[in-house]
Amino acid sequence: MNTDRSEISDRALRRQRLLDRVFEAATIGSAGIVLVILTGIIVSLFIGGWQALSTFGPAFLTTDEWNPVTERFGALVPIFGTLASSLIALLIAVPISFGIALFLTEVAPLWLRRPVGTAIELLAAIPSIIYGMWGLFVFAPMLSENVQPWLQTHFGDAPLIGVLFQGAPLGIGMLPAGIILGIMIIPFITAIMRDVFLTTPKFLKESAYGLGATQWEVVWNVVLPFTRIGAVGGIFLGLGRALGETMAVTFVIGNTHRLSMSLFAPGNSISSTLANEFTEAVGDMHTSSLIALGLVLFMITFVVLALAKLLLLSLETREGTKT
Amino acid sequence: MKMDWRYFRRRTLNIFNLTGSVIATVFGLVWLFWILWTTLSYGFAAFDWTLFTQNTPAPGGSGGLANSIVGSLIMVGLATVIGTPIGVLAGTYLAEYGKGSFMGGSIHFINDILLSAPSIIVGLFVYELVVIRLGHFSALAGALALAIIMLPVVIRTTEEMLRLVPNTLREAALALGAPRWKMITQVAYRGALSGILTGILLAVARIAGETAPLLFTALNNQFWSTDLMQPMANLPVVIFQFAMSPYEQWHALAWAGSLLITLSVLALSIAARTLLRNVRMDQS
Amino acid sequence: MTNLTPAVDAASKIQTRDLNFYYGKYQALKHINLDIATNRVTAFIGPSGCGKSTLLRVFNRMYELYPHQRATGEILLEGENVLSPRTDLFRLRARIGMVFQKPTPFPMSIYDNIAFGVRLYEKLGKSAMDERVEWALQQAALWNEVKDILRQSGMSLSGGQQQRLCIARAIAVKPEVVLLDEPASALDPISTLKIEELIYELKKNYTIAIVTHNMQQAARVSDYTAFMYLGEMVEFGDTNMIFTNPSNKQTEDYITGRYG
Repeated sequence: MNTDRSEISDRALRRQRLLDRVFEAATIGSAGIVLVILTGIIVSLFIGGWQALSTFGPAFLTTDEWNPVTERFGALVPIFGTLASSLIALLIAVPISFGIALFLTEVAPLWLRRPVGTAIELLAAIPSIIYGMWGLFVFAPMLSENVQPWLQTHFGDAPLIGVLFQGAPLGIGMLPAGIILGIMIIPFITAIMRDVFLTTPKFLKESAYGLGATQWEVVWNVVLPFTRIGAVGGIFLGLGRALGETMAVTFVIGNTHRLSMSLFAPGNSISSTLANEFTEAVGDMHTSSLIALGLVLFMITFVVLALAKLLLLSLETREGTKT
Repeated sequence: MKMDWRYFRRRTLNIFNLTGSVIATVFGLVWLFWILWTTLSYGFAAFDWTLFTQNTPAPGGSGGLANSIVGSLIMVGLATVIGTPIGVLAGTYLAEYGKGSFMGGSIHFINDILLSAPSIIVGLFVYELVVIRLGHFSALAGALALAIIMLPVVIRTTEEMLRLVPNTLREAALALGAPRWKMITQVAYRGALSGILTGILLAVARIAGETAPLLFTALNNQFWSTDLMQPMANLPVVIFQFAMSPYEQWHALAWAGSLLITLSVLALSIAARTLLRNVRMDQS
Repeated sequence: MTNLTPAVDAASKIQTRDLNFYYGKYQALKHINLDIATNRVTAFIGPSGCGKSTLLRVFNRMYELYPHQRATGEILLEGENVLSPRTDLFRLRARIGMVFQKPTPFPMSIYDNIAFGVRLYEKLGKSAMDERVEWALQQAALWNEVKDILRQSGMSLSGGQQQRLCIARAIAVKPEVVLLDEPASALDPISTLKIEELIYELKKNYTIAIVTHNMQQAARVSDYTAFMYLGEMVEFGDTNMIFTNPSNKQTEDYITGRYG
């Protein structure tokens, strides 16, 4: 009954070993492509942007002139637009995401949590071009007719913040760009905040409840400090997304190379500049400047996203849970 | 319990903030429904079966979206064909061979960053790599850009899903004398199959709506073309161009296109989510 | 460190010589010397952490899946050193089968579960494969229960049936040795009984090594018993002798339940 398994031929075994090595090599090669892509992006952006970078030097980052005719380009306006719109987005998204995460983990009855969570995640599934369409045809006109005049009347003359509300209420500009970006990044920040909130050990919260703390006090004094790092990581992730977002911003930001402190003013972000001008770039210097812009954007987002990931990783090693 | 003003202040603060969380949630959901409602109503208003039969029109003319629909399908399909095997294999490396190693950890890290990187930069990259070399825009370049964008998604879900497969299953296969590659392909993949499929679906949903990477790679094409080496029409770029134009008819077509994209993406996301729920239930 | 080779009434299938095993710096097995007799059941008993499962997993080099685990010494399978790097791992694992504590059916049909191992190294036509599957399931006393549902998923069976499926799967490739790592610990008493009956039948054709934390099971099922404690082989001998008249005080204490 016992056939001797040592009868398995050497040839068959050699073949299996070879296949093993081939398969492993295929997986390593595929994984290596990730590295190739990253280096490829950085290298190709450097090469493409070199003409502009070498001509303008570090002043590229601080000049606000953008003139295809005289071939003088400076990245200040797009960089400002990217940062400003992202800042507005964060101002909106962070408290809202925190509120939603709080709702999903503490307030909502159990049967409501899954559907609401899914609905919020759908916000992330909607392609950015849809946000752009809605922003251009529905939201901006609404701002222009209803919101902006109201803001201007009531705050336009206020000291300090009045400068934010100057200019014609066109509807498009920095304000809608920031708001739409804010809405877009809500699901990302919410998802991470909710996940880290749920990692708070029950006993920690129960100790606080046992002392008579209210739900809010437990969240503010126990959960938040405990999950601080993760929450910040989530915020950075949202920021990284906002910085790189293109279509939603391009539709509503106004595409104007002009620096202004007013929320109503049209402006430009790095990605919207690229989207609008790249295919019709006039001359090599123009193209090179645009690519240099792309390099700047990539560097900024890379740093922000790397920070986000590092923060979340440190949380993971500390708690032994994955986010 | 001291019923003094401090207690009432704490209670009020509690109710205030908890209510605030409800308001925040409603706030978020309002935008969702507003955007979806807008897309559905404007989109259906502009809907016509000629969308599928006529090509994109010249300014001021009438027409449909046929060439752009087909173009999108071709490029998304090609991107999926390119990105899926590479993504699954790379995810396999991270879960089966590279677990705990430095290279595995770094690739996982970089992959997560690429996951959220600006898609327009990917478009620039492929522009430099392919478009300049070929001398013209092409559907191939567009598909390549989309493949690069979907790759990190597939890698990440494949890795996660393979990690969920219990080690005892692997040991059981190896104990029979199975070589490692057979253990992975015939046992581990089967155990993680619905999860891996979910990842692919999610990745496809993601690239179906992407515009920026196509702007400098596939560009657009007013006419019908299935030539991979030429610019190809696609829904997102058509929507972009038509929306930014001054023509009413083009605006209507842009809304119709938006509707099509939104419905496709939602369908894919829901399918993926249902699959994922089945995975989670199997595991627990 | 007393190691007895009992006066076996059968040839020795596996011999270990000065076997040591390390998890990183921690030594889990210390100078193990023993014989496993052909076509007999050898049981390994001892308190948790004594190294009995570790020992089992050294026989088919399952530990090589994990970094920082290594073995020194020799394990001779019919004279050939299993631990030598020149020994083919796949062939070794095809000759030595293993059944785990938790039933591990593959996510495939019952038929494919059994056929999986066979297909690795044998080319069988459909009818030959059908025969082999039936034979393996008969040997595992599972055939009557599943013969009409062979295409159903292996995971749809009950726990006891799944474990018998795993045994059938291990048997189907016609190994010489079958290692059982606490095969019944996750099962109900009736399934446990079925498995024990199975082992009694199987030993006619296979050499069996079984790890169990259930002493009564070891007494019921095995011909030889090894008692291990903290990585050392404390006593090894005829099962009846070990349980009625152990030579070592530690063994006696364990068997009478003074610690466990």
